[in-house]
Amino acid sequence: MRFVYADNGATTPVSKKVVEAIIPYMTEHYGNPSSLYEIGQTAHRAVEKARQQVAAALNADANEIYFTSGGSEADNWAIRGAALLGAKKGKKHIITSKIEHHAVLHTLDKLEKEGFTVTYLDVYDNGIVKAEDVEKAITDETCLVTIMFANNEIGTIQPIEEIGAICRSKGVLFHTDAVQAVGHVKVDVKQQNIDMLSLSGHKFHATKGIGALYCKKGIRLPNLIEGGAQEKGRRAGTENVPGIVGLGVAITDMCENLEENAKKVAALRDRLFEGASKITHSRINGDREKRLPGNFSMCFEGVEGESLLLMLDFKGVCASSGSACTSGSLDPSHVLLAIGLKHEVAHGSLRLSLSEYNTDEDVDHILEVLPPIIERLRSMSPLWDHIMEQEKEIN
Amino acid sequence: MEYSKKVMEHFAEPHNVGEIPDANGIGEIGNAKCGDIMKMFLKIENDIIVDVKFKTYGCASAIATSSIATDMIKGQPISEALKLTNKAVVEALDGLPAVKIHCSVLAEQAIKAALADYYRRQGIDPEPIVGKIEEHDHDACHI
Repeated sequence: MRFVYADNGATTPVSKKVVEAIIPYMTEHYGNPSSLYEIGQTAHRAVEKARQQVAAALNADANEIYFTSGGSEADNWAIRGAALLGAKKGKKHIITSKIEHHAVLHTLDKLEKEGFTVTYLDVYDNGIVKAEDVEKAITDETCLVTIMFANNEIGTIQPIEEIGAICRSKGVLFHTDAVQAVGHVKVDVKQQNIDMLSLSGHKFHATKGIGALYCKKGIRLPNLIEGGAQEKGRRAGTENVPGIVGLGVAITDMCENLEENAKKVAALRDRLFEGASKITHSRINGDREKRLPGNFSMCFEGVEGESLLLMLDFKGVCASSGSACTSGSLDPSHVLLAIGLKHEVAHGSLRLSLSEYNTDEDVDHILEVLPPIIERLRSMSPLWDHIMEQEKEIN
Repeated sequence: MEYSKKVMEHFAEPHNVGEIPDANGIGEIGNAKCGDIMKMFLKIENDIIVDVKFKTYGCASAIATSSIATDMIKGQPISEALKLTNKAVVEALDGLPAVKIHCSVLAEQAIKAALADYYRRQGIDPEPIVGKIEEHDHDACHI
């Protein structure tokens, strides 16, 4: 049976280039970068080279890049740090969107309990924040705006450059969680007026457990993790040298091939949309154009997401959903609810996230197995019967 | 979260799926907002459940519990079906993840709702026999 990995928004396979590059940093150059002898210094040089690679990919300076354990740590650090800086000046208001990742939302939850106020901006039915809403929400008390670059579930790309310009003109710090964007769409911290940016290696073929925070020169972000003097004393802990080396290789590779990959992946994704849209009572989630090249998100009425995922798994397809059952909570995904979907529609969501490793044959396979699965689940669904009965009554 | 082999078997190839055109007891429980609805169709003759079918909208455990619960009451007298507990359903499936226990409650309730309907059709107040069937609102999504 064909195996199709279509959950690259969750994580990606590590590229061969990355695997080859990092092995020597586990077997030969295993020294601690803080050590003075040669294998330590080799590791140190590799870390600094990777820092430059990450900086180059973002159009930043190497001394503005701090390696972290991943996107969540970078988000926590940026938001908590900016909040502390704000509080010192008596500014305790933060602006965000309703569709942020939990690494952002749960950090903000905590800050609210600690006395901060948070404004959650609407994303309308296309899943995109309006820059003018950010401008209207900023007050004299605002210390931070944190809006994700691209959404993890519905792939929508936010007007980062405009939001960044507004923040800069108002003197408010601007952080963006760019975990889904880096390596897939153009990111330029200077052009896009970004003060802080979080990224995660395993979303673009580096390994899990490595990420970075870009923090613009001059922002004295308080530490999140205290300890040794690594990362210029701002993020303690012995460096994840293999992870860092892999991050540098992967980000360079992705940026070199960004346009070519985006074109290829978007073409595959568009075929998926075209094919799956033929299924009756389905809808595309999020803006059709302003979205990540590899992101497909649709809802199919009358079916439940977890059942759909498991049946796809039987057919060799790895995918994800925002149904309550898969989110592990009472409600379906906050993102799908934020774009105005009813609970019962959101339960039937399917996310396929492609990478440049996917092929036309993968798309053929998905489009072959998906419609019969939906049909089968609908044939045993009382909800689907209700939907059909209601339609009969209307007609 | 991991499902037992038994759950996956009943999910992949559920037993007793469908409708009974001349069913004399039909019960539906759950709601779309919660993400699971179970509908049970019973054909009862001389107090024996001679046939049972179900339709379920929901996750794998909702489908698997419907499947095994219908197996457990098929051919049984009503008195036995009334004794079916969600615990027995969970055990028959070799366990369910904690967050999915509510699915087994739904299966028990759906059978009771169908039996209540059977009595109601005969002009008999079902509550003394079947007990009260709980309303399933969104706050009770995960019982």
